Amino acid sequence: MPTVSAAFAPLRNWLMAPSWLIVGFFLVLPVLLMLVYSFLTKEFRGGVIWEPTLAAYDQFLFDRGLFGDAPPRLQWAYIQIFFRSITQAAGATFFCLIIGFPTAYFIATRADNAKVVWLFLVTVPYWVNLLIRTVSMKFLIRDNGPLNEGLTALGLIDAPVQLINTNVAVQLGLFYSYLPFMVLPIYAAVERYNFALSEAASDLYAPKWIILRRILIPVVMPGIVAGCILVFVPSLGAFLAPDLLGGAKTFMIGSLIDEQFKGNAGNWPFGAAAAMILLLLVLIVLTLYARSQSRSKV
Amino acid sequence: MRRGFDIKHYGGFFALTCLCLFILYAPLIIVMIYSFNDSPSITRWESMSLRWYRDIFTGVESEKFKVAAWNSLTIAISAATVATMVATAAAVGMIRGGNFRGKSVSFALISLPVMVPEIVTAVATLIFFSAIGFTLGTLSILVAHIVFCIPFAYLPISARLQGIEACYEEAAQDLYATRWQTFRYVLMPVLGPGIVSGFLLAFIISLDDFIITSFVKGSGVETLPTAIFGAVKQGIKPNIMALSTLLLLFSILLVTCSYFIGKRGEVTHSEP
Repeated sequence: MPTVSAAFAPLRNWLMAPSWLIVGFFLVLPVLLMLVYSFLTKEFRGGVIWEPTLAAYDQFLFDRGLFGDAPPRLQWAYIQIFFRSITQAAGATFFCLIIGFPTAYFIATRADNAKVVWLFLVTVPYWVNLLIRTVSMKFLIRDNGPLNEGLTALGLIDAPVQLINTNVAVQLGLFYSYLPFMVLPIYAAVERYNFALSEAASDLYAPKWIILRRILIPVVMPGIVAGCILVFVPSLGAFLAPDLLGGAKTFMIGSLIDEQFKGNAGNWPFGAAAAMILLLLVLIVLTLYARSQSRSKV
Repeated sequence: MRRGFDIKHYGGFFALTCLCLFILYAPLIIVMIYSFNDSPSITRWESMSLRWYRDIFTGVESEKFKVAAWNSLTIAISAATVATMVATAAAVGMIRGGNFRGKSVSFALISLPVMVPEIVTAVATLIFFSAIGFTLGTLSILVAHIVFCIPFAYLPISARLQGIEACYEEAAQDLYATRWQTFRYVLMPVLGPGIVSGFLLAFIISLDDFIITSFVKGSGVETLPTAIFGAVKQGIKPNIMALSTLLLLFSILLVTCSYFIGKRGEVTHSEP
């Protein structure tokens, strides 16, 4: 148990003040302002008019024609984009888990000095510019790129397979972007796992896969959940993978929001509302996570 | 124990680990290889050359890249410096400030920039700057970067501070050192590696950022990622691959430095 030291307690407020002020003023306040903006009227060349309206949220659900006077019809386009974002993020989380869990387990069970090297190899790509990584993926999987040429040369495919601009490409991009996030928390959990538990089960003739499924996985579950959160949350609001690897048919929330603020055609209140809904989704996920963590502590 | 039976061993996990690393590195290595391709086409391989590396420094677009690189570097250094100072103060306050009301709120506030999706931060910051009439440009990028660099600088610093026993500071204070002296001459030398590693991580994060920068940069100011993104939108060109390779190697170099500095400090510390 680390002792709670209070050597700097009298200066505490002064020490904390800069971070309180910076984050409060430049992040909390802007998010609140964004909430306000989502209820304002749009200005046609970007920006807002200070008149309260629900138009931005209404636009998600209903189509009222070009001039807004037609009878409202339920429209699915935006709901679809949100739904696609959620399924894409869930898919990326699933595939990261499939590859990430064995990797994390393997690394955590190495000898100490080998462990360090493996872990370093997994961490390095995370620190490489995400844009560069996404561009590399685009280069690799494009129609006449190395992947298609390699597969053709091997005789596995006859003609190049179109991956770019498909949901598969976006999925691959998300998986590739956030894979290290899955490995690290699971690694930390497996490293703390007491293998005496597995040995006890083995002495009682439990087969290895049963030990994995019934003992190890339940014990390291907090790490698995943390990894899933770390992949799911950034995937949900991802912009680069859907924008560079996908096309108009693979639109995700990130691209939808981005479009509202770039150039003159945008709609700021609508973009603010979309960002608000995204933030809400993330908060729901994080709250569920915090709940599950506090329950597992008891 | 039975021969060849290892309770920790699962068949196939090694293969999946290799697959994981292969997936992580293959695209990067392929781009690195192709950046040495002499051909102006990105599809056909001709011969090895440094042509595109010369092109980034002397070609038509070199001026644009130089300005972007300068902007990226100055913003990253300034943002990481401010964020590291703020994060160091916060870490000392949080970990050496005893228990206080609002401790968990303070922690939530410090980690907020990593919890809020980047694109939400980007939108909120743009709206905020536009509402208060703050001109978009280098300064707005800098402010935005400081905010999201804070948690990245905070993590290694606080982790290190947690590993330092309080007895050193208590001894210094018993010997009538002022709090500043205690921090400067007792805590800081032991905390040093954590601070350096926090600075380097914040620096890389700032250097890498694309989304937030693209929202708050206004027109005319470009950093390396926004310049690369703009170029890639018109198709991947060989000079972009050379530039990407350089940036990639730079990031790897920094991470390696940060890692070894953190390690070295740990070793000296654990020796009595």
